Amino acid sequence: MNFSKFLAGKLLLTSELPLTKPTIDYLFRTNQSKQLPSITTKYGRHQCNRCGNRNQQLFADIPCARCDHPHLYCRNCIQTGRVLQCDILIVWNGSKPAWPLQTQPCHWTGTLTPPQQKAADAIEQTIEYKQKELLIWAVCGSGKTEMLFPAITKAITESKRICIATPRADVVRELFPRLKQAFPDTEIEALYADSPDRTDKGQLIISTTHQLIRYQEAFDVMIIDEIDAFPFHHDKTLAYLTTRACKKDATSIYLTATPRPEHKQKISHKKLPVQFVPIRFHGQPLPIPQLKIEINLRKKLQKGTESKALQQFLTTRPESRQLLIFVPKIPLLKKVAERYQAIAVHAEDPDRKEKVEQFRQKKIDILVTTTILERGVTFPSVDVVILDAGHHVFDEAALVQIAGRAGRSPDDPGGNVLFIHQGKTNAMEDAIAQIKMMNKKGKKL
Amino acid sequence: MMYCLKCQDWISQPVTWSTLFLPNEQTQLCDSCQSQLKRIAGTICERCGRQMPNETMCEDCNKWQSNKKYRDTLLFNRSLFQYTPFMQEVITQWKYRGDYQLKDIFSPYIKKEIRNFYPTKSFTIVPIPLTNERLHDRAFNQAIAIAEIIAHHHKNPVIHALSRNVSHSEKQSKKSRQQRITTKNPFFLTKSLETDVLLVDDIYTTGMTIHHAAKLLQEAGCAHIYSFTLVR
Ligand SMILES: [Zn+2]
Ligand SMILES: [Zn+2]
Ligand SMILES: [Zn+2]
Repeated sequence: MNFSKFLAGKLLLTSELPLTKPTIDYLFRTNQSKQLPSITTKYGRHQCNRCGNRNQQLFADIPCARCDHPHLYCRNCIQTGRVLQCDILIVWNGSKPAWPLQTQPCHWTGTLTPPQQKAADAIEQTIEYKQKELLIWAVCGSGKTEMLFPAITKAITESKRICIATPRADVVRELFPRLKQAFPDTEIEALYADSPDRTDKGQLIISTTHQLIRYQEAFDVMIIDEIDAFPFHHDKTLAYLTTRACKKDATSIYLTATPRPEHKQKISHKKLPVQFVPIRFHGQPLPIPQLKIEINLRKKLQKGTESKALQQFLTTRPESRQLLIFVPKIPLLKKVAERYQAIAVHAEDPDRKEKVEQFRQKKIDILVTTTILERGVTFPSVDVVILDAGHHVFDEAALVQIAGRAGRSPDDPGGNVLFIHQGKTNAMEDAIAQIKMMNKKGKKL
Repeated sequence: MMYCLKCQDWISQPVTWSTLFLPNEQTQLCDSCQSQLKRIAGTICERCGRQMPNETMCEDCNKWQSNKKYRDTLLFNRSLFQYTPFMQEVITQWKYRGDYQLKDIFSPYIKKEIRNFYPTKSFTIVPIPLTNERLHDRAFNQAIAIAEIIAHHHKNPVIHALSRNVSHSEKQSKKSRQQRITTKNPFFLTKSLETDVLLVDDIYTTGMTIHHAAKLLQEAGCAHIYSFTLVR
């Protein structure tokens, strides 16, 4: 049997390896696999070789009943399986996997808009010339998945291995069927916690970043969706895992609608190549947020009294559209929802999925929410209001993302975006400037 | 700076003790996790220690008390926490994911409450065993972890007097209630013991596990058998 498809590019605990002990021993004996220590200690400092953790507070002692000794385990990566110090990590050392030759792997029959095509070409060339990285700065609603198809096609015909990594499992679940349809003859895997679509032999892998913990030097092409949503600055583990999963000469493609300051800076210093997709797939400009100041807004929200600006907006807004109201904090949700006969939803809401689905089916007219609905979710025809847009949770990226919920459908590309605030912030100004810049770029096309 | 044991968020401020039943030690939880730990308080079922709306015996205990073989085998059980969705998460992370360190969450509560629960101080602690196979998977037995916390704070001896048959290792939750009642006793005695006993486990669900263990110890000659679980 050829194990290379299952094991190449992986870094696995013995418990994660679906092979019998004699088979594993055979692989070691024939030098097709190598073993690494799971936790190593240098100068008194421990390191987990599975997740890269070096934070000493995240190592703990366990009186291990397997080896009858007390020793360390890693708490940093325990959500994806426990690393005991007496365990080993298994890596592949045998032949390279041979992916089936395909000359025309892509069965998608749609066409790309000219701006999409331009971005698709740029991605393809970046991979072709084995360049290190490219950032695609594409506005909300630009249709980024389709833009990836030409590059994925190219990579498959060259027998390359591709990963699409995203911070959210929802996105993995959404992309998986679309990619399976577009590339029906390619082995595709969807990886998230408890995923049923894990085959362990994918050439194209759609994965949450956390699941990359089982890969090492696996991918020729790494596509990172929503690079700005990665909590990279809080959690070094995810950046480490993404880098480790790439082969040495891999190409990374970053997708974002709202790049973080560090990426913007790299772009302006020409240290990071960028390709803009400044216009939506339907060709209409992004709605520009309107600002409305209201004295004592925070006090009013706190007390549950009405916001004049919102009241005024409600009397004038078109009835054909639904309304999304964003508030900065969970405690405000209920107060606002009660006043406007709306439904409230937040991140830890057990009925979150149902409520969002009801809104999608237009069974709910007004949905009040915190920043959880700022990205990813698409409703065809909504107006958007932020109450207290000056609150610090609404940074530039969040404001651009929230404004990006409006006008998604070609049938109703307008949509009102209203920021109600009690004092204009830099974030609001920068967000509006960013939206205007994109619209200007879009016009020039 | 330290991390919350459960969610690994930073605990930046000193933990505030706002809830009524908190002991005075660090549980190493952030405020949000701390507030979700629900103690059993107010009226309870006097036999199994479950929180009740009024002072009555619960359905499970009625069933055990009307069973000739098991009646009064176990004097009573006491538990610390209600089985909330949050506690379910904690137990999953601790037992099934194997995050051994989470035992420290319970330690201060155990230290404070054990003495108030039982009429005697001189009992032997007997943890409910796992099958060897399961022990190997988890690398630790959660009941032993609890037993050692009690022993550490209260100086009672821990005796591993029971073992568990392999054939009964399948998950209890997969069986129907009726099946569980009629299941054969999975335990056997590995040491002779005639002292008062405190049986220890993580969860008391129907009382089946504890009653099976208690029966064996009673037959062996232990006079008073009590039990302690974290959760009821
Ligand atoms: Zn680790
Ligand atoms: Zn060990
Ligand atoms: Zn009871």
